[in-house]
Parts: sequence; structure tokens; C-alpha cells
Amino acid sequence: MTVHHAGPGAPLLALRTLSVRLPKGADREFALRDVSLQVAAGEIVCVVGESGSGKSLTAMAILGLLPGRVTLAGGAIELEGEDLAALPPARLRGIRGARIGMVFQEPMTALNPLMPVGRQVEEMLEEHTDQPRPQRLARVLELLAEVGIPDPVAAARAFPHELSGGQRQRAMIAMALALEPRLLIADEPTTALDVTTQARILALVKDIQRRRGTGVLFITHDFGVVAEIADRVVVMQHGQVVETGPAQQVLHAPQHAYTQALIAAVPPLAPPTRPAAPPGPPVLAVQGLRKTYRSGGVLARKRVVEAVRGVDFTLHQGETLGIVGESGSGKSTVARMLVRLLAADAGSIHLQGEDLLALNNSDFRARTARIQMVFQDPFASLNPRRRVGEIIAQGLRVHGTPRAEAEARVAEMLALVGLDPGAIRRFPHEFSGGQRQRIGLARALAMQPSVLVADEPVSALDVSVQAQVLRLLAEAKQRMALSLVFITHDLRVAAQVCDRILVMQRGLVVEAGATATLFAAPRHPYTQALLASVPGRGWEPGAGATPPARAE
Amino acid sequence: MSPALRAFLRSPAGILGVALLVLVLVAAASADWFFPRDPLSLAGRPLQWPGQNPRLLLGTDNLGRDIAGFICHGARVSLLIGLVATVVAVGLGTLVGAIAGFYGGWVDDALMRVTEAFQTVPNFILLLVLVAVFGSELEVITIAIGLVGWTAPCRLVRAEFMSLRTREYVLAARGLGVRDAGLIFREILPNALPPVIVYASVVMAVAILMESALAFLGLSDPNIASWGNMIGAGRSVLRTEWYVSAIPGVAILVTVLAFSLVGQGLNDALNPRLQAV
Repeated sequence: MTVHHAGPGAPLLALRTLSVRLPKGADREFALRDVSLQVAAGEIVCVVGESGSGKSLTAMAILGLLPGRVTLAGGAIELEGEDLAALPPARLRGIRGARIGMVFQEPMTALNPLMPVGRQVEEMLEEHTDQPRPQRLARVLELLAEVGIPDPVAAARAFPHELSGGQRQRAMIAMALALEPRLLIADEPTTALDVTTQARILALVKDIQRRRGTGVLFITHDFGVVAEIADRVVVMQHGQVVETGPAQQVLHAPQHAYTQALIAAVPPLAPPTRPAAPPGPPVLAVQGLRKTYRSGGVLARKRVVEAVRGVDFTLHQGETLGIVGESGSGKSTVARMLVRLLAADAGSIHLQGEDLLALNNSDFRARTARIQMVFQDPFASLNPRRRVGEIIAQGLRVHGTPRAEAEARVAEMLALVGLDPGAIRRFPHEFSGGQRQRIGLARALAMQPSVLVADEPVSALDVSVQAQVLRLLAEAKQRMALSLVFITHDLRVAAQVCDRILVMQRGLVVEAGATATLFAAPRHPYTQALLASVPGRGWEPGAGATPPARAE
Repeated sequence: MSPALRAFLRSPAGILGVALLVLVLVAAASADWFFPRDPLSLAGRPLQWPGQNPRLLLGTDNLGRDIAGFICHGARVSLLIGLVATVVAVGLGTLVGAIAGFYGGWVDDALMRVTEAFQTVPNFILLLVLVAVFGSELEVITIAIGLVGWTAPCRLVRAEFMSLRTREYVLAARGLGVRDAGLIFREILPNALPPVIVYASVVMAVAILMESALAFLGLSDPNIASWGNMIGAGRSVLRTEWYVSAIPGVAILVTVLAFSLVGQGLNDALNPRLQAV
């Protein structure tokens, strides 16, 4: 149990042995078990954990927004001494918004797409106060200005889709702050945002906490974010609090084995020193690659987006080339053009001396085995209606490998990615995200490609699983003499995995270089901004920590 | 037992639908057994009320035909028309919708204009035109009913394909070198089918109703024992011997209801959002 030392007076929010029961037939009986935590005024408490740890459900329980059939099973939720668990729903509605502000992960879905942003903020005031209209409107502009939206008058009139992701999240925060709640609950508010935008939103949250003395319960999966803003940390696993303490202590001297394992799995931002291997012969040479998206037809308005505006690079044998950038930089477009899932408008892609773009469809199809792709989303990248064995053997069968030989290769690949041979008869939904990503990798590797294009292969995975998949990728690369194009938005991952890095911004490569050089001395302002925005860059995971014990 | 089947058996609508369907099927299968005579032949004095003659359970119509025998034999015709017309409508619709949705662009534009051309004409008017042109044999009617009903499944399949074709597993298969036909039929179609299967039950019910409507207007094949034919025949004595039209009407109602309920049960079973806890 936690001890009560939340500053002077009673804490703003205190959960006392809160338990939440899941409906019968779920994978466990309790979603939350004896969760106790406290948030004092003016304090940022980070709840950190992997998927399924119950961290989001904790927020929902506080707000009285538990999904149907999920019920409170005991404990108290005290907001300034008042037990919310005992209140009727009508009273809770008055407390939500007025005394507890809430910021969600995805600002696009949390905002009503058919209502101007200003009107949505105003609605909060209309619902909870009797201020006259002119006063409300003035307050809306004041709030939008306070959260750092550059042109509040224009933003108030804009619809959500007309604002950028960061602006939308600022508007959400303005809404949450409209009634000056003492407590702000933020559920992964920066996860859907680009890293530079994330840095600015984190700064805003910190600023609000400092200026208004708001208590913040900040839910995240990212230890970098924790290092950035937390005053205190609560670590959750399987619905239980396993460790809690001041941020410095948890980050630098974690006590619980799970916390230690989690922190050890966070990739350090400093690239490891690598033996300077002489570059092998070039495998993949890309020149002048361009792609412009055009939409609209005879009757629709034409829209033109220049996604990739001339990209050149060379991938050498045995090398891992990282392509980093934020959303809209064109990095995924490049990846898809490499495997011809998208037609390039101009340029050439020479794979082992042969221009892939000059081939017709059936000639290219015959060469697909040599360049393969691993996708981001482990849940969308496997056909839910086919067995794992069929999925992995699919490419081999298409290219005419006899059944028996294909089956042998499937077994070999399953062993390589560390899955049980019995997996071939099971369906994708029977596997976890990390296992599914291994299946996707096995599917690509079964073709014995010379180049593997990995598009954000670990972005959708929990940090501990992420480490396993990256290790596996490195092993496979060694064993199969692969060359890798690794697309990521995560500079920590890039630092650990890539030999060389291309930084892309708005369809152009703005900087390219060896990983160590690029991280040590970034030359382009955009690269510098990216590096400066990595959350928790001042924190060295593992430094000062006791050697991590194995998790599980 | 698969989870979908288990979910189907949990749905009361599905079970009731299956029960009614079994009833209709038994009637169709046992027609030759209980009523070996030609259902179109004279069985006794015309217009005997049900129960009046113990040998003729449901009485006779105004042409002296045995209504009970007619209903059982008619079940065959109705089921056959429903089944074949549905296969035609859903098959054609799925094929066109799959190609339009998968390729998009001008292929989609062209196919959708054709679909719209069909949709702008009311279904039943189109059916009347087809029957007027090609005659009213059972085969023609069945295919004509299928032809007027393919547009709705087509749009459904197209919408599914448009959302599924950009899924990563489809891209992955494409990246492995799978041909378009493989992508369409092996990767996308199995995932696009559940709503189509549910909709097929509606198509089947509509097909049976359409044939009855045609028969009521005297435009169906007069040489078959179809329920609509009997309703049409009973029209002239509707005010006094209403049972002649009402009994086949109930048979149609039960059959259409059976298919609708089965469809609802399938929807419950195949819709993953309802299956989730």
C-alpha cells in the first residue's frame, strides 16, 4: 500500500484500494486490483504501464465512465475528500468537466467534426455556467490563446479537420481547462502526435500545472515522456500498482523487477559504438524518386500533394539504413514505392543492378522474393481468415515452391522467429501483437529476400516486446545476409538499429549520415529540432539502475 | 463447433428462422409422398372450405384443385426460384462489385454507371419488361428475378472491397507476388463475405415475393404450382372464399419470415462487434 505523504493537507485526488471487476469470461477477474494512488495540487503524476496494465481503465473509473458490464468492485475515489464512487451518475456529470478536465489520445475523434472548435469549447461553459454569450465567447478566445494557439479567432471558427494534430490537441486541452478544474486527467495525450508537436504539448501541460496549480494525472506508456514531465510515477502491471515513488527515484533506481525490466527495454538515445565495417557492395540504389498524389476528377476539386520530391540513396550489402521523419515526411511513401505497392512518378530503383521501375508487372512479380516488406500494424497485416502456416507459405507457393519444401521452410522460419511449430494450424487472432509481428517477419523472410523494407515494424508494440522484435530482426539480418531499410519515427529505435540515417521532411531528404555522426552533430535545423524533441533526452535509461532482472 | 455457429445457435431469431425453414423444406420434400397426384389436376368439387371434406384438408380452390397439395408442391417452386435467383443476383453482384471495388478508377466508374442504370428503373417494372420480352417460362422468370436484384449486393461488395483492398495483409500478399485474381478471391473476398451472406437471405425473400407478385398478375408460368398462381386464381372469389388466397399467402409469409429471421441470426453470428463481450 502507498503511504499518505501528498504534501500539505489532503491530496486533490486519492484512489484507495480501488478494484474494478471485468465481466465473466474475460481473461482475468479484476481489471484493477487494490489500486491506490494520490495526486496533490500542482503535481504531475504519471501512470505508466504496457497495454493491458489497466492504466486507461483507472482514468475511466475516476470519471465514472467505465464501459458497460465493467463494474467497481470496491475501494474509494476521493476528489478533495468526496467519494466519487458513492455518487449518483447525475452528480458525476456535474463533476466531470467542471472539477475534472479530461484530455484524450486522439483529438480527431474526441472532437465533433461537424462543429467549429470554438463552439465546442463554448459548449462546456454553456453546460456548466450561466455566463451570458458575449462573456463565454471572450472566455473561449482567452482559453485558446492560453493553450498557445497562434490565431485564436480563426481557430475558434475552424472545424477540427482544418487544424493540425497539435492544434487540435491544444483545443482539447482548452476545453478541458474551460471550467478551471483542479484536476486534469490526460490519457496518452501525445501518443498520436509527432515528436516535435509532442514536445510542445508536454511543455504546455507543464506550464498549465505550474501557472494554475492544477494536479495532473498523466497516463502514458512512454518512459521518455515520464522522464520529461513527471513529479511522481505510478507503475502498473496487470491491473496492479507495482511501484510508486518520486520520478527521480523510479527512473534512476527502480525497485520492482518489472519497472527495472521496463526501463531496461527503453532504447538509449546514444547510438552504440559499432565496429566501422567497410561498406559492402551496393544492393539497392535509388535515384530521383518522386511521388505526387492527385485526387479529384472531372467534377471534384483537384488536390495535389507532393509526397516525395526527389529522393536518392544507396543501401549497401549488410547495412541497415534508417529513414526517419514525422508524419507527412514521405517516408512510408518511399517504403511502398520500393516494393512497388505504389507506382513512382519518376526516378529509378536499382536492385542488384536491375531497375525495378522499368519492369512490367509480371516481371516484377517474379522478383518480389528479393525485396520484401514488414508492416507496421501487427493486427492488420495478417489475413484473419487464413492459418499462420498458409500465411507464411503464401509467397513460396505463389512462386512455385513445391508444397513439401514450402512446409519445411515454414517450420524453419517459425523456429527462426521463436514461435512454436504448432502455430501453423492456428489463426492470427490467437496470437499477441508481438507474436503477430514475428509471423509477419517470418512471412517476409521465408522468401529469402536480399533487401527487407521494414515500415515502423515496432511502433505498435509495447516497449518490452519492441526490444524482442528488434533483437530478432538483428539476428535474422546476420543469419540471412539481409540489407535493411528501416523506417521509423522513433529516434531512440533508430539510434540502436541503424548504421546510417536519412532524415526526411516534406518529401525531401534534409540530412543523411552515419548514425553516430548524425546524433552527435546534427547539421540541419530540422534534425536538430527532432533530436531536441525526443522525450526524456536528458535521462539515460539504466544509468544508476540496478542491473535489470528478467521480467515475467 | 465454430464460434460463429455457436453464436448463431444463441440467437433466438436464428433458431426460429431455422425451425420455420425446416417446416417449409419438409413440406417441399414430402410433396410427392403425401400428394402424389399432379397438383394442377382436379381433386374434387371446387370451393370446398377447409375441413369440409376430410380427404381434402385445406379444401379446394375455384378450379377444384387440392389446396394442401398445391401448397406443398408450391413450396418446391418457391424455394427453387428463391435459391436460383439469389445465386444469380449475389453471384453477379459479388463479381461486379469485387472488380469495381478492387480496381477502382475508370473500371469502377464504368461498372457503377451500369449498376446505376439498373437501379434507376424500379425493380418490378424491369422484371415485367424482361418477362414481356423473354416469355414467362420458369427458367426465364428465375433468372430475370436474379437479374433485377444484383445491384444491391454489388454495391455492398464494392464498399467492402474498397475498404479491405488497402489493408496491410492485402498489401503484404501483393508484395509477395500474388496475382490480382488471388488477391480478390483468396485474400479479400472471404473477409468481405459475412455481410453479403446476411444480405442473401433478404434477396431470397424478395425473390419469392417477386415471383408471387408476377403470378398474381397472371404473368408467371401458368403451368407450375406456384403460390402466387393460386393467390391470383383466388382473386375472383376473394370476398366469399377468401381462404383460397389467404392460405398460400400465409405460406409465403412463413417462408419470407423464415429467411429474414435466418438472416438476422446470421447477422448476429457474423457481426464481430456484437460477438464481443
